[in-house]
Amino acid sequence: MQVTINNRPAEAREGETILELARREGHAIPTLCHMKGLLPSGACRICVVEVEGQKGLLPACSHPVQDGMVIQTHSARAVETRKTLVELLLANHPDDCLYCVRSGTCELQDLARAYGVRRRRWPAGLRHHSLDVSSPALVRDPDKCILCGKCVRACEEVMGVAAIDFTHGGSWTVIAPAYGGDLNRSPCIGCGQCIVVCPTGALRERSQLDRVCAALADPELTVVIQHAPAVSVSIAEELDLPGGQDFNPQLVAALRLLGFEYVFDTGFSADLTIMEEAAELVRRIKLGGPLPMFTSCSPGWVRWVEQARPELLPNLSTCKSPQQMMGAVIKSWFAQRKNLDPAKIFSVSVMPCTAKKAEAGRPEHAREGRADVDAVLTVRELARLIRQRGIHIQELKPEHADLPLGMRSTAGRLFGGTGGVMEAALRTAWILLTGEDSPPLRVAALHGQDGVKFATIEAGGVKLQVAVANGLRHAQTLLGEIAAGKHPELQFVEVMTCPGGCVGGGGQPIHKDGEHALERRQERINALHRIDDEGMLRRSHRNWAVNELYREFLGEPLSEKSHELLHVHRTPVLDEEDALV
Amino acid sequence: MLRRTPRRKPRSRRRWHERAITQARDCGLLGADILGSGRRLEVKIKQGAGAFVCGEETALIHSIEGQRGMPRPRPPYPVTRGLFGRPTVINNVETMANLPGLFRMGPEAFAALGTAGSKGTKVFALSGQISRTGLVEVAMGEPLRRIVEEIGGGVPEGHVFKAVQIGGPSGGCLPGPQLDIPVDYESLKTVGAMVGSGGLVVMDERACMVDVARYFMDFIQREGCGKCIPCREGTRQLLAILDSLGRGRRREEPAGALERFQGLISLERLARVIQDSSLCGLGQSARNPVLSTLRWFRAEYEAHAYDRRCPAKVCPELLLYEIEEDLCNGCTVCARKCPAEAIVGSRKSPHHIIAEKCRGCGSCLTACPSGAIKVS
Repeated sequence: MQVTINNRPAEAREGETILELARREGHAIPTLCHMKGLLPSGACRICVVEVEGQKGLLPACSHPVQDGMVIQTHSARAVETRKTLVELLLANHPDDCLYCVRSGTCELQDLARAYGVRRRRWPAGLRHHSLDVSSPALVRDPDKCILCGKCVRACEEVMGVAAIDFTHGGSWTVIAPAYGGDLNRSPCIGCGQCIVVCPTGALRERSQLDRVCAALADPELTVVIQHAPAVSVSIAEELDLPGGQDFNPQLVAALRLLGFEYVFDTGFSADLTIMEEAAELVRRIKLGGPLPMFTSCSPGWVRWVEQARPELLPNLSTCKSPQQMMGAVIKSWFAQRKNLDPAKIFSVSVMPCTAKKAEAGRPEHAREGRADVDAVLTVRELARLIRQRGIHIQELKPEHADLPLGMRSTAGRLFGGTGGVMEAALRTAWILLTGEDSPPLRVAALHGQDGVKFATIEAGGVKLQVAVANGLRHAQTLLGEIAAGKHPELQFVEVMTCPGGCVGGGGQPIHKDGEHALERRQERINALHRIDDEGMLRRSHRNWAVNELYREFLGEPLSEKSHELLHVHRTPVLDEEDALV
Repeated sequence: MLRRTPRRKPRSRRRWHERAITQARDCGLLGADILGSGRRLEVKIKQGAGAFVCGEETALIHSIEGQRGMPRPRPPYPVTRGLFGRPTVINNVETMANLPGLFRMGPEAFAALGTAGSKGTKVFALSGQISRTGLVEVAMGEPLRRIVEEIGGGVPEGHVFKAVQIGGPSGGCLPGPQLDIPVDYESLKTVGAMVGSGGLVVMDERACMVDVARYFMDFIQREGCGKCIPCREGTRQLLAILDSLGRGRRREEPAGALERFQGLISLERLARVIQDSSLCGLGQSARNPVLSTLRWFRAEYEAHAYDRRCPAKVCPELLLYEIEEDLCNGCTVCARKCPAEAIVGSRKSPHHIIAEKCRGCGSCLTACPSGAIKVS
């Protein structure tokens, strides 16, 4: 199809929208509600363009290109319309950019700048709503919401949770949980995918930065920090450095500069998780179930199972997540080794995740009234701290994390991407099943960002059937298939709540162009795979520090001590009466 | 002043629908084998909650599917992807009601009624300040004047025709000189109105056109779905501008006058943007009540904005109430009725209204037994 766009001829593809054509041809059309891969919603109207022969303007995001179309993406009429729309949004938006966490990464702010909005033009002012701080993971600020609906779609169509939706009508419309409730009493799992897609500051993580800074300033406290495998491959993006590279050694150096006394690697406790989880899997296979066993390292998934499918709780691995295992080990073994009072240790973690904030606050993750992990920072919060201290991470000399809890195998690093936990677990399950060590497995079928991935491994006469669910919605699809009896032999399932795994977590850097989210996740996964390819220590059971922990303290996987520290017994979150509310 | 609409239309009764379907099925007109023809047709009524926007076809589909009644962009049109993702034809009840007549008369005779572009007949709901109200069916292309004056019997005795609002909340207001226009789809569009739902509200000199526009704009900004920016935020601002025109000095902020002038100037620009960029028909036609009244009754707008008066004596804050001393016998009724305590005076001597305190509610006007209150 031949069309003309901004006075230039262009070849259009069948079924393509005007927006797709324009982006391919290098004409930037702004959008606020467009989400790649989902049906266009047509809510924001910012993408309207002028097409010859059409009475009104056409929304580029949803209108298919037709042969012979003459498109002007920036005609005077389109530009004036866009500017008026931005003015209308700003008339109902608080003027507090300077105080806003998204200042600088706000798409509305960008549009206001690009279209030269210089004053409040319209008389009707801001409609006030109350701030929702009920969730331990995130904060909802409806005043700043521009009702683009992306969070609703991320929650429902991407995650399959549907905790929030449009409520009320006309100009009173707001996005909120059902029945005017708050997030904490909604099905919200705290995954934070809504934050990543929000164009403004209407959704943000519940920041714990102040508490961390206060702890750092307290001479009484020993402040330790762990950082998750997916953090060092993405933090550079938030610091305006090129993505897809691992900054682990520099990140360790930066954390020390920030004043953290000990810097640990959550990869260590990922290895520990593998030791426990692989042993649990083998025990379940030998004792006959319950199978399939589901991984439990993704807190959003765990929360979802508890509230939506409590009958599956016995199938969930009893292992704590790596963050919580590390927290427990720090305040027990590590404190004992260093002769520290656990009450005087302030344990911080940096996670690509907002649900981890909620996880750290759960009662089963505390002993003697003390939380195992005291504060959880997202990648974005840590970047804020790094920027505040004026640290240029790329200029720092590489440093190694503190031993022994900074020691990790590359299998532990693989946790950061979809399929990684499975691959790491299989490497260790192999030796448990066959009694002999294998070369580090790479299971190509588990790589990539497909929704559900399957693989069958033969080890020691045992056929191991495994699956990887990449994102909660795909996990739901898989559960449906399992319930329909389609996978009777399935033994082990890795579930990551967020698309792409932790590399796509709700605590990861926010990019204004959501267009390339998939590619960006792949870059981060590739970085993790590169670390594994180049690594010397690639199997969790070969991690000497983990083995030392078992020798000195825990005994063996699934021992009584490790049950006390590293496992939990799960019960449904809601009793029936609550569920009705 | 027109009362603002309640949140939603009341639920209509459904029993008689169901009864009609049962009767048709009993007579063999519906079901698996209609009148032995082997053809199958089922009728199912799905009742909505009465949201105005659910008249838009894609919102209607969402509503039937059990989702929030929000439109989605077209294309794809419902005929390619509609209810539950299937091709869907959507017709108004009136279209269906035309079918028996069409069959009885035959297509030629039916098409002979009406105009070249608008065939057949149309039912109008005649209401407002008119002698005979009710549903009337006329051939398309009848002059508006015939419907209003002959069929409806014109405005009541002693009053003067001022305007007719045609086409429902998103329709337009037409003045007397436009009454000779033929009522069909094309002609109405040229004067900023539409056939729309077939509503016909007749108004006499007692109606204030700014107030009328405000009433409909209030309705539209309540009844929109809240999805697209131009309709949600734009109609709210249009209403705010209309509100500022009727706001008296007492409630006006210091910069109010400037805001009022600017509002009137930007009214047309905002209305154009809303029309150009709204997602569905509700937003695209939301400007009609404002622009049609502005077009045909501009002087009335200007009187509100610049002279601060309401010629129809409707907008309460713009009214000046005074007591004629000669007629006032000092009975004190008005002073006791006044909710703002704006009337002073001692018994058996003429009273006075303190203009700064007066809210313009008109309580004194109705209370005064001797007709001493003058409004201007």
